Amino acid sequence: MASHSQKSGHYFVPSSASYSVMLSAGVLSLLSGFVFNMNNFAAGKWMMIFGISVVLAMIFKWMASVVNESEGGMYTKWEDKSFRMGMITFIASEVAFFTAFFGALFFIRIIALPELASFDPEFTLYKGFTGAWPSAGPGGVVLGKTYEVAKFTPMAAWGLPAINTLLLLTSGVTVTWAHWGLLKNNRKQLIIGLFLTVLLGIAFLICQAMEYHHAYTEMGLTLGAGAYGATFFMLTGFHGFHVLLGTLMLIVILLRSIKGHFTAANHFGFEGVAWYWHFVDVVWLGLFVFVYWL
Amino acid sequence: MSTKAAIHHDEHHDHPKGMKHWFTTTNHKDIGTMYLIFSLIMFFVGGIMILGVRAELFQPGLQLMKPEFYNQLIGSHALIMIFAALMPAATGFANWMIPLQIGAPDMALPRINNWGFWLLPVAATLLILPFILALFGVGDGGAATGWTLYAPLSVQGGMGVDFAIFAIHILGVSSVLGSINVIVTIFNMRAPGMTLMKMPLFAWGWLITAFLLVATIPVLAGAVTMLLTDRHFGTHFFDAAGGGDPILFQHLFWFFGHPEVYILLLPVWGFMPQILQTFSRKPIFGYKAQVFSLIAIGILSLVVWAHHFLTAGMPVPALLYFMYSTMSISLPLAVLFFCWIANIWKGALTFETPMLFAIGWIILFGIGGLTGLVLADVAADAQYHHSYFVVAHFHYTLFVGGIMGIMAGVYYWLPKMTGHMYNEKLGKLHFWLTAISFNLTFLPQFFVGLAGMPRRIPDYALQFAEFNAISSVGAFILGLSQLLFLYNIIACARGGKKATDKVWEGAEGLEWTLSSPPPYHSFSKQPTIK
Repeated sequence: MASHSQKSGHYFVPSSASYSVMLSAGVLSLLSGFVFNMNNFAAGKWMMIFGISVVLAMIFKWMASVVNESEGGMYTKWEDKSFRMGMITFIASEVAFFTAFFGALFFIRIIALPELASFDPEFTLYKGFTGAWPSAGPGGVVLGKTYEVAKFTPMAAWGLPAINTLLLLTSGVTVTWAHWGLLKNNRKQLIIGLFLTVLLGIAFLICQAMEYHHAYTEMGLTLGAGAYGATFFMLTGFHGFHVLLGTLMLIVILLRSIKGHFTAANHFGFEGVAWYWHFVDVVWLGLFVFVYWL
Repeated sequence: MSTKAAIHHDEHHDHPKGMKHWFTTTNHKDIGTMYLIFSLIMFFVGGIMILGVRAELFQPGLQLMKPEFYNQLIGSHALIMIFAALMPAATGFANWMIPLQIGAPDMALPRINNWGFWLLPVAATLLILPFILALFGVGDGGAATGWTLYAPLSVQGGMGVDFAIFAIHILGVSSVLGSINVIVTIFNMRAPGMTLMKMPLFAWGWLITAFLLVATIPVLAGAVTMLLTDRHFGTHFFDAAGGGDPILFQHLFWFFGHPEVYILLLPVWGFMPQILQTFSRKPIFGYKAQVFSLIAIGILSLVVWAHHFLTAGMPVPALLYFMYSTMSISLPLAVLFFCWIANIWKGALTFETPMLFAIGWIILFGIGGLTGLVLADVAADAQYHHSYFVVAHFHYTLFVGGIMGIMAGVYYWLPKMTGHMYNEKLGKLHFWLTAISFNLTFLPQFFVGLAGMPRRIPDYALQFAEFNAISSVGAFILGLSQLLFLYNIIACARGGKKATDKVWEGAEGLEWTLSSPPPYHSFSKQPTIK
């Protein structure tokens, strides 16, 4: 606990931050615009565009000042430890977020569908419904709207998804290889490793885009395809969004490495992104097993 | 280089002045103050909403408002009180007091701290905006679903539900950011020698709260995201025709919702022993037992969620499991209660306002806890469920356990924060008015609930009229007496008798070693704890 810098007793407290007020204003514009947009008000789109621009600009400025402080030598081991603990806690909260969607998947498969299929055959609304997974539900009228059961082909595990698994697992190796390079002060290895990781991330995203296109155009698998469609697209979609964020973060780290940032002793920025990337990797393994395979 | 200059400036900056600094501050005390002020404002906003409800319920029949508007009011009242009044108050105290209590120079992540606060006005705007828009004929007002947003009602609801969903997202982000900060601060910023088992109980309570928030808030975010896609993007998470299940929403919601109860209470359980210690002039009784009980309650709170919908239909083994696990929470909670009582036992007691609130809190919160045991009973719950008995129960736990606890904390720490003593006479008057009118409001609700009056209905059968009239009168007295609280705080902030550094004769802990008010940068040199 009592690290060296703590004995000297000075912890870096940034003097002021106007980003967060602006960032919050951007978030307000973005989200209220989203609500208006979903409820068919024309102004919504423009509020969203304005909001997202402010949000991106503020994130950029915020991160820039953190990078400058880091390169300016303002952070000691003490601050570094705070960042590490903060990142771990943040990733834990992300795990909890995915837990909600995995929980929904398991609940629907193990509890909800068998129950829908187990009503007394004489009185059931859902005649002939077996509840076998993959399922788009028994169909019927709910809230006054008729839902015709979607006809779809489930996504097979051993095509594109298996390639995607390979891509992500390889990218986990390359980012670790880059880390070894950084620790040995081998900048070339660091930069090549990061570059390969970024490429693999982009390749994954392209494969997933192809998979989605295929699902929508040829397999009848859409967001509206009952429980299977909903859990499939929400789980893989949120994961894909996290891969996108991770890839953007990796690109930033790659550019910083090319500029000569990070030392063998001080590189939280690199490690935070690497941890995030491994987290995304692990979530994918869960997806591959429970969404695609089983 | 400008960065260098900015960094140089930081090393020497003193207490900044002016309005602008409130928007940009990274100081834990400034941010704590903003949290507390925000909480106080939203406490009155949520209070006014529920006074509208009580006015409607004063007599049977529909007097003042349409049922839809009534539903919007109760839903927004709960969301505002829980997310915008109670949680920010606890976070405000965490910001103010945890660094002082553990001897830290500031919170560990000051910018994150600042953003965590500034997300709250965004969320409050999202909650209140639909009401204002409805005045101009846009949309149909707030979410008319109650704070639980149960599907399928919330899938059918109007634009207000969308606003509520995003408000919950933002409140969630804010709480997770705050929690990350508390966890990192406690693990990384303690003064040398301040081991975990020497740490003040308030920090312990908050540490467990922070872990619960990190574990459960994202699940709620996931649940309302599914709600959003069910509403607008054609998914079938909560729709049996597509293979989904409305009960799934209840599981996800209460997986968050039950720990949320303890998220609101654990910080209060943390500082309450410190208040009892101060005014009993006796050391904290059973420190270790209390720490382990807090941890046990935190863990148990994650595995009991389904007792909130025992009547929704579940297999018998599941019912039994949720009944027994829920009841087992009363074991560590009883340990806490006996520790609090033992702390007062044979103490040299004085009854300043914080102590009055603390003792009233133990008694009334005890009623809340015991009525919870009744509700956990599967067989009995069939009668109590969704009745006013539940409303009375959770106001005994959340109004007393949460709000009155926070009030005890406000009176306890206000002299330390402002450097002035508050008006003791007004404080005592505020306590007695609050305690009496609270019971006048909620005690009758146990009776009407037992007799079968359902929650969330703007009209009721004639036989409930007297009790409801009493309840409404109590609610208005309760609401009005909070103006004393407001006045006392403002008067105290503006001036009054100077507070000493220690403020209270029996006060123990690092925060009382600093001046009142503490210097802008509290521990630039960390103290060493023996």
